[in-house]
Amino acid sequence: MQNIVCWIINCFELLGQWATHLFERTGRSALFLSRIFQSIPFAIVRPWLVFQQLYSVGVLTIIIVLVAGAFVGMVLGLQGYNILVRFNSESSLGTMVGLTLVRELGPVVTALLFAGRAGSALTAELGLMKTTDQFSAMEMMAVDPFKRVIAPRFLAGFISMPLLAAIFSAVGIYGGYFVGVALLGVDDGAFWAQMQKSVDFHEDFMNGVWKSITFGFVATWIALFEGYDTVPTSEGVGRATTQSVVHASLAVLALNFILTALTLETN
Amino acid sequence: MTRHTLEIWVGVFVAAGIAALFVLAMKVSNLSTVTTGDTYKVTARFDNIGGLSIRSPVKASGVLVGRVSNIAYDDKTYSAIVTLSIQQNFNQFPADSRASIYTAGLLGEQYIELLPGAEDDYLKDGDRLLMADSAMILEQMIGRIIADKISE
Repeated sequence: MQNIVCWIINCFELLGQWATHLFERTGRSALFLSRIFQSIPFAIVRPWLVFQQLYSVGVLTIIIVLVAGAFVGMVLGLQGYNILVRFNSESSLGTMVGLTLVRELGPVVTALLFAGRAGSALTAELGLMKTTDQFSAMEMMAVDPFKRVIAPRFLAGFISMPLLAAIFSAVGIYGGYFVGVALLGVDDGAFWAQMQKSVDFHEDFMNGVWKSITFGFVATWIALFEGYDTVPTSEGVGRATTQSVVHASLAVLALNFILTALTLETN
Repeated sequence: MTRHTLEIWVGVFVAAGIAALFVLAMKVSNLSTVTTGDTYKVTARFDNIGGLSIRSPVKASGVLVGRVSNIAYDDKTYSAIVTLSIQQNFNQFPADSRASIYTAGLLGEQYIELLPGAEDDYLKDGDRLLMADSAMILEQMIGRIIADKISE
């Protein structure tokens, strides 16, 4: 009897620890975000810092986005053709490729790649800076690490994501076009005409853009916070990097569902 | 890497991103065909609208002149009231024009075709089209044909 009571109390203790830890981190990440917002004006007046980060966050991610976009588009073309040809409606291939990429796959897959390629790098970089006490050193020199290090990275991630998602979708549509029209013989005019007829500028295109902006914001925020909040050991940096990718990917997938549900409901 | 090359690469990246957005907007979405200009609204009463929906095209001689902006059901007369938004630059439809619901292809999407009448007055905002032909429902037609065959 005594044992069972002890065990139950232990369970509650663990649950309590987990909950306080969760709320503490949520609170810390919100404070972190508000400090980033306060520092953004200082990053804007030093555009060179942002350019440097745009290079490492955006430019270095282009290759993976280009390759992934082309292959995803080609698979969509192939698979879509195979399904649509059964209903004799392969001329709607453009609709399928366009809508899928612009609304869903473009923003989501780009955000996942972005979290894996750029987010992990950001987390590892910040984590290592924290482990080697570089933030404290900066503060000693009266340099605010938020203005100097974190805000430029946040801006770069925020700007890069929508551009990367647009590149992904555009390349993917041309990949689908290549497979569908050049290889499988779908009519060229029908491909574009059907696509234009069904992809609405406000409902679909802008929806995709808003999604990519949201994902860029969330993925960069998570990556930076995980890095800044690292346990300052080599093991801690490793764990933070893993967590950054896992949390950002899960957040993107969950947010995507919510955003899709919200926008489809208003139709 | 020197400052110069880095800036070039960032410039290339941003330009590529904006170009991709532009391609998506102009070539993939309907921005190039959509007109954001002024429209005027007329209503029409149909017994059955079939598969017509909001944003369905309104055409005259097959040319897109507007879109369906609202569909309501009138439970006094048991009919559907469809609001058509027609672009302001097509404002010379005679007041007795006829609206018919057609299907693009045998099983395609449904649209409203405007058939100009002969009156001298033009349609204006808030008018009601007095002549409206309901959608042809494929099942009803087939049912009628079969019924005719049987009665023969």
